[in-house]
Amino acid sequence: MEASKVIHAIYTDDEVLMSAVKKVKSEKHHIEEIYTPFPVHGLDKAMGLAPTRIAITSFLYGCVGLTVAIVMMNFIMIKDWPQDIGGKPSFSYLENMPAFVPIMFELTVFFAAHLMVITFYLRSRMWPFKKAENPDPRTTDDHFLMEIAIHDNESELTSLLQETGAVEINIVDKDEDAH
Amino acid sequence: MEYKISNRLRLAAIIMVVLGLLGVGYGFMDAHSVTEDNISEILAAEHDAHGGGHATEGHGSAGHGNDHAKTSHDNSHGESASHAEEGHGESAHGSLTEHEEHALHQIHNRPYAALYVAAFFFFMIALGVLAFYAIQYAAQAGWSPVLFRVMEGITSYVLPGGIIVLLIAFFADSHLFVWLKDGVTDVNSENYDYLVAGKSSWLNKTGFFIRGAIFLGGWALYRHFSRKFSIAQDSADDNRNFKKNFRISAAFLVFYIYTESMMSWDWIMSVDPHWFSTLFGWYVFASMFVSGITVIAMITIYLKSKGLLEFVNDSHIHDLAKFMFGISIFWTYLWFSQFMLIWYSNIPEEVTYFVTRIEHYKLPFFGMLAMNFIFPLLVLMNSDYKRIPWFVVMAGIIILCGHYLDVFNMIMPATVVERWSIGIPEIGSILLFGGLFLFIVFTALGKAPLLAKGNPFMKESKHFHY
Repeated sequence: MEASKVIHAIYTDDEVLMSAVKKVKSEKHHIEEIYTPFPVHGLDKAMGLAPTRIAITSFLYGCVGLTVAIVMMNFIMIKDWPQDIGGKPSFSYLENMPAFVPIMFELTVFFAAHLMVITFYLRSRMWPFKKAENPDPRTTDDHFLMEIAIHDNESELTSLLQETGAVEINIVDKDEDAH
Repeated sequence: MEYKISNRLRLAAIIMVVLGLLGVGYGFMDAHSVTEDNISEILAAEHDAHGGGHATEGHGSAGHGNDHAKTSHDNSHGESASHAEEGHGESAHGSLTEHEEHALHQIHNRPYAALYVAAFFFFMIALGVLAFYAIQYAAQAGWSPVLFRVMEGITSYVLPGGIIVLLIAFFADSHLFVWLKDGVTDVNSENYDYLVAGKSSWLNKTGFFIRGAIFLGGWALYRHFSRKFSIAQDSADDNRNFKKNFRISAAFLVFYIYTESMMSWDWIMSVDPHWFSTLFGWYVFASMFVSGITVIAMITIYLKSKGLLEFVNDSHIHDLAKFMFGISIFWTYLWFSQFMLIWYSNIPEEVTYFVTRIEHYKLPFFGMLAMNFIFPLLVLMNSDYKRIPWFVVMAGIIILCGHYLDVFNMIMPATVVERWSIGIPEIGSILLFGGLFLFIVFTALGKAPLLAKGNPFMKESKHFHY
């Protein structure tokens, strides 16, 4: 069952946040989300997040781009209308390949880069006019916020978070429509 | 950490040198068993053996026809000097035909070229490491100081290796450099070559060795002082030696990029004195840089496996492997830029270079592309694999073989043309200089502690984590 109440612990220092994350993890509490104003090195590892697979998608997209380039130019330059253009050997793809390499390279990079970025947007649900999911505007400036779901352990969690150096602890009703 | 070259390694190196010497000796004897007296019979025997093959090759498409036309053009171009004087040539050499004379030269060139390729290959590794080392100093890199002693060990081969290359060039003379043939600059000689004569203000033996001495002197001086300051820094209580090293490294890099470029014209490009390419210096640089970095990675992994570099962690190996990956692609970029520009414009005086190579060296020429580009690209792309020592070593072996072939493809087509092979003279030369390289490098590694502990970036480097 999805928890309806969450606890927001706010920190002002990334070092303190890191040790707090380690402590909360060692107490076996599940961290819902952490909001930071900038990337905190090692935070994903401390939270135990699975490594990203976006590089793998990018490699595959690159392969698609390379294939598109080869198929396209093979059809246009070799199969469809093999003209003699300035003496270039358009008898087979291989014979004229050096001339196609710049395009093959660029399309590989183009597909790998753009499709990877779009994948990133899709997976992290980002688009124009999207309503910001920000529980506290200060987390975009100089505060760090850790969100933990409450399962009838409110006082225990509060005291644990207090120990870790949180400067502010709020209990809020989770607004499911915010997403 | 102290290191001493192990007896087994020393013995292995000595065995390699001895076997190499035997191979090289055999190469010279074998080549000189072919003389003016028996060249005709040997060629006749060859023709009989190849006859069948040539007949089937005749069934070519239109594309093939083009290739053949280019080849014959290439041949006449490469040897225009003697062809222009064909009549004189035959009368002067009595019984030998033009063809026999060329074949004889190519057969005699082979052991010299084999020696030169291997000598240059191992020298270029040491020089590439020296450039990498200077860059680490000049950039004040924080990750690499734990590897400085390994690099210093490898660069100890710069001076002996360079001297060997120059000595081979001196004794091989016109066996390697056709512009050293008697009479190429003399209008009245049968060997007169108008194009080479025009370049003789640069391409002459005195100039070649004066420049060679300046290049090598500069590199060896930098290596001497950087090593000296690096050792002095170990026991110093301030950073004076480090600062000196920083300054001389920056100065060396300026000197290096000029001299490396000129060295590549002199020592490599001039084997084809009719041909020229502007990015050749960069191309040779990329080749030496990537082989150098590969050797750093391999020796580091070797020493670490002996438990001697416990301060080197996975991230250092990862960084070296990233450099191997990146510079391999940089090398390919330059290789392709040189090839594609010349292929595309197809100007006869330039394109002969690649026509000879594609015609006679198809396998080494495209094989090296697979070894130096496709293989590292696919193998070293994954971040996890770059941290696995045996993976890096395997990739390193392929890259080194690929760059040996690269040097092979630069020298051989100009000296032995279609009479190439990777046989006893070539492998013997690799063993000879490989053994010498191992011996000198590992002896030098034993002369100083393996941790340059005085380096101000040492702490950062030890904790380097990627």
